[in-house]
Amino acid sequence: MKDRIRQSWNRVRAFFRRGALDQELDAEMASHLDMAIEDNLRTGMTPEEARRRALAHFGGLQQARERQRAARGLPFLDVLGQDLRFTFRTLRRDLAFTIVAVLILALGIAANVAVFSVVDAILVRPLPFRNPERLVRVAPLIATCGESCRTYTTDATEEFQQRNRSFEQVTGYFAFTSADNFKLMGRPVPLPVTGILVMQNFFQTLGVEPILGRLFTPEECLHKSRPVTVLSYAFWKTQFGADRGVIGKAIDLNGTPVTVIGVLPETFDFGSVFSPGAKVDLFAPFIMYDFRDDGNDLALMGRLRPGVTLAQAQSEADQLFPKLDADLRHPEWKANYTGHLVFMKDYVSGRMRRSLIVLWCAVGLMLLIVCVNLSNLLLARASARSGELAMRHALGAGRTRLIRQLLTESLLLSATGAALGLAMAWVVTSFLAHQTSFALPLLLRVRIDGAAVLWTVAVAVLSAVAFGLIPALRSCSGDLAEALRDAGRGASEGRKHDALRSTLVIAEVALACVLVVGAGLLLRSFVHLLSVDLGFEPAHAAAIAVDDGSPHNTAERAARWREVIEQVQTIPGVEIAGISDNVPLSRNRSWGISAKGRQYRPGELQGTFVYIVSPGYLKAMGLRLIEGRDFRWSDDSKSQNGVVINETVARSLWPGEHAVGQMANAGGVDVRVIGVVADVRESSVESKGGWQMYLPVTNANFGPEGTELVVRSNLPPGALAVSVMRILRSINPAQPATDFRPIQQIVDHATSPRRFLTLLVSIFAALGLTLAALGIYGVIAYTVTRRTQEIGIRMALGASRGRVQRSVLLRTMRLVAIGLVMGSVVSFAVSRAIVSLLFGTQPNDAVTYAGMAVLLLGVALLAGYLPARRAARIDPIIALRTN
Amino acid sequence: MPDSKLDLLQGTLDLMVLQTLAAMGTQHGYGIARRIEQVSGNEVLLNQGTIYASLVRLQQRGWIEGEWGTSDNNRKAKFYSITRRGRKQLAEDAAYWQRLSAVMGRVLAMEPEGGER
Repeated sequence: MKDRIRQSWNRVRAFFRRGALDQELDAEMASHLDMAIEDNLRTGMTPEEARRRALAHFGGLQQARERQRAARGLPFLDVLGQDLRFTFRTLRRDLAFTIVAVLILALGIAANVAVFSVVDAILVRPLPFRNPERLVRVAPLIATCGESCRTYTTDATEEFQQRNRSFEQVTGYFAFTSADNFKLMGRPVPLPVTGILVMQNFFQTLGVEPILGRLFTPEECLHKSRPVTVLSYAFWKTQFGADRGVIGKAIDLNGTPVTVIGVLPETFDFGSVFSPGAKVDLFAPFIMYDFRDDGNDLALMGRLRPGVTLAQAQSEADQLFPKLDADLRHPEWKANYTGHLVFMKDYVSGRMRRSLIVLWCAVGLMLLIVCVNLSNLLLARASARSGELAMRHALGAGRTRLIRQLLTESLLLSATGAALGLAMAWVVTSFLAHQTSFALPLLLRVRIDGAAVLWTVAVAVLSAVAFGLIPALRSCSGDLAEALRDAGRGASEGRKHDALRSTLVIAEVALACVLVVGAGLLLRSFVHLLSVDLGFEPAHAAAIAVDDGSPHNTAERAARWREVIEQVQTIPGVEIAGISDNVPLSRNRSWGISAKGRQYRPGELQGTFVYIVSPGYLKAMGLRLIEGRDFRWSDDSKSQNGVVINETVARSLWPGEHAVGQMANAGGVDVRVIGVVADVRESSVESKGGWQMYLPVTNANFGPEGTELVVRSNLPPGALAVSVMRILRSINPAQPATDFRPIQQIVDHATSPRRFLTLLVSIFAALGLTLAALGIYGVIAYTVTRRTQEIGIRMALGASRGRVQRSVLLRTMRLVAIGLVMGSVVSFAVSRAIVSLLFGTQPNDAVTYAGMAVLLLGVALLAGYLPARRAARIDPIIALRTN
Repeated sequence: MPDSKLDLLQGTLDLMVLQTLAAMGTQHGYGIARRIEQVSGNEVLLNQGTIYASLVRLQQRGWIEGEWGTSDNNRKAKFYSITRRGRKQLAEDAAYWQRLSAVMGRVLAMEPEGGER
């Protein structure tokens, strides 16, 4: 055994010392022959005879050399080396083919690897926490009112923390943070920053350790404790130049000195896990005491105790949650909480699973088309090379050796394509990883890593076999010697070859058909989505977060808001401006509304999205007033107690009646309905809005959660930004440099996951279609070339040019039609699997299918037209003369 | 040349080379080939060139060693000698061959059933 290992090792060494060993062997053999000749001379032979006999007895120098090499080295690698060298030569000779093949492969492989790394980042790789498989998100089962229905009060949270036995730790964060909720002062222009309030044990529960400093202590989470903050890695790096000395220093947030106590690791990206597309700069402790009266605030999660299953924890939660108090001081208020547990991973990326699987299938289909296409190209090449193969067979190369040679060629092609594809995928993934406009979770950690490289290798080898095997087997089957005889006469190898290539083209068309149908259905869904009535007008409107300078009371705030709005409206080109504490499709919160004096059964009322607005906001946002009127600054203190509701509330509370003028109870305060507006899609473009109400900023009972100035103007937001900011600064010098965001951008952000999927599938479909067209062109052009003589004879016998052209086109159409029918059948079956991804579109949408058929036939006609025209231009005289 | 020479079975040449080196001490490739031919009474069909595959194989297994030196008549040649492990291997292989040939001898000497001499 030891000797065997030694031998293997020596073989490997010998493989790399070929030159030296060959020289030594030659010297040894030379000395051998010399001695043999000498001995022969001694027996009295002539020098010539002595030499001849010595050589004969030795039995062939080259054979001895080969045998010794095979015995000492790695013959497998030697052969591979030969094949590779030979392949390089052949491929270099056929440069056009090589470039086309490598490019097609690179595209196919790049797309596959890029999608793989997206799937890997979002679905496969564990979350960047300690033992993430034990992390669980806790949320009510039904969430009809946005974030308010996905959160719990501080009292309920503490009760659950104490009473549950399934969780090691339960933690949460404040779910109603808006972007840029803090401003970093102590600089010429205050910097808007986003800070999330998290419970004391938040990072400990997730298992995130700071790279610098420490995390929050329980004391720091008490009322009126010294304010502290933990920085995100990115914020630390960009704003503090990764200065390690920042720990212990105070930074000025909203005019309060806040001590930096820690810096989080780069791997922890709150936004990408909990709110895709958002950037979070710092974290501060959520002080339970300060939020006692605040209603549902906390998004909860927990870490299961070892050995506790999700089902066990769920059954405990089913017992516990209904009993939890919303407010311990008012045990009579029934919160009717439910607690549904999902693994954190499913919560974060569960919604993406189906989309990503569809994406993966699409990209796989595309690669399949690439392989079929290459198979076809190789077949065409093989028939051109049949003479060469026959020659090599005749010279002693065995069939397996030839197949091996041809497969080496495929492998080399796909390896080159894979290398190029990997580079392309790297570009694509680094682009994606820096995209914040796609609200996909975990997108930022998309990268080309070891797994992606392994995947590339697997894809390259598989596709090499897939596209190389059929042509290799085909060109080495049958009577090779026959080909040698044929090669001279040229180009009459059987119909079988043609049939195979036609089959491949049909397969290509069918595959392209499936891709185009899929892309078509998604595109139609997307178009439907774009034409959805949002309830507001995103075009020509933009929003900016305003710092209203923390006014002391409602009157002061209203005055400040009014000043901002009136000044901004003096800017030329501004049609109208208004302020709301929230804009649709971003943050939301909900309270309750009911008709005054009526009793409701549990479940009859719904959480109602609430917006605290200024007069003019409804118009600035483009909401449609159905009935009644907007708020006015001039409303006196009596009439200030008004509410504007949406149609759904009006219909639900006062069915069949006029809602305007009715008295309602909103958020615990009696108000009169002054207006009804159209429903707004407030939390998702794809689902209808729920209950919504608008309350005036002038009412002291209601506190706004933020200040979003909405400006409607025909000027582009970029042109307005400077003058708006100048006005905001002149009113409040502490106004941070917040972004002026077109409302359309907010809508786009909300639809970005669908846009991402649709865009990618459409690109793959377009590539697939192009490849199919190439395949059709290749096969038809080849048939025309091969049948030049036949066409010449036909024309000589009187066939018109039109007739020849028609017959070529007919042949093309026949191939395409068969592919089309097969593809449609497959699409019909497959499209059912993506029903849940469609929006306002049926999986058997006739328009999509018709569009696909027209598109494919059009492309095929184009691909067939070029060779058909060439066929029609064949000069019978020349065709018949050139034999 | 008579064409009734013995074709060498796979692996037998390695054993012959080992035995030759064990018996003769240090020797070069030509010498080993000549010796085998002489001992076999020219019955072995040996393309002398094949001996080099055998030599490199034995060397890689560590059973023989080779070193360049000068022959009696002042010619440079590579001289091989058997190693300790080579002798051990030789003993094992020789025993195996002897058992095998004894068995083969007995089997081939078998009389037809019921036949009389």
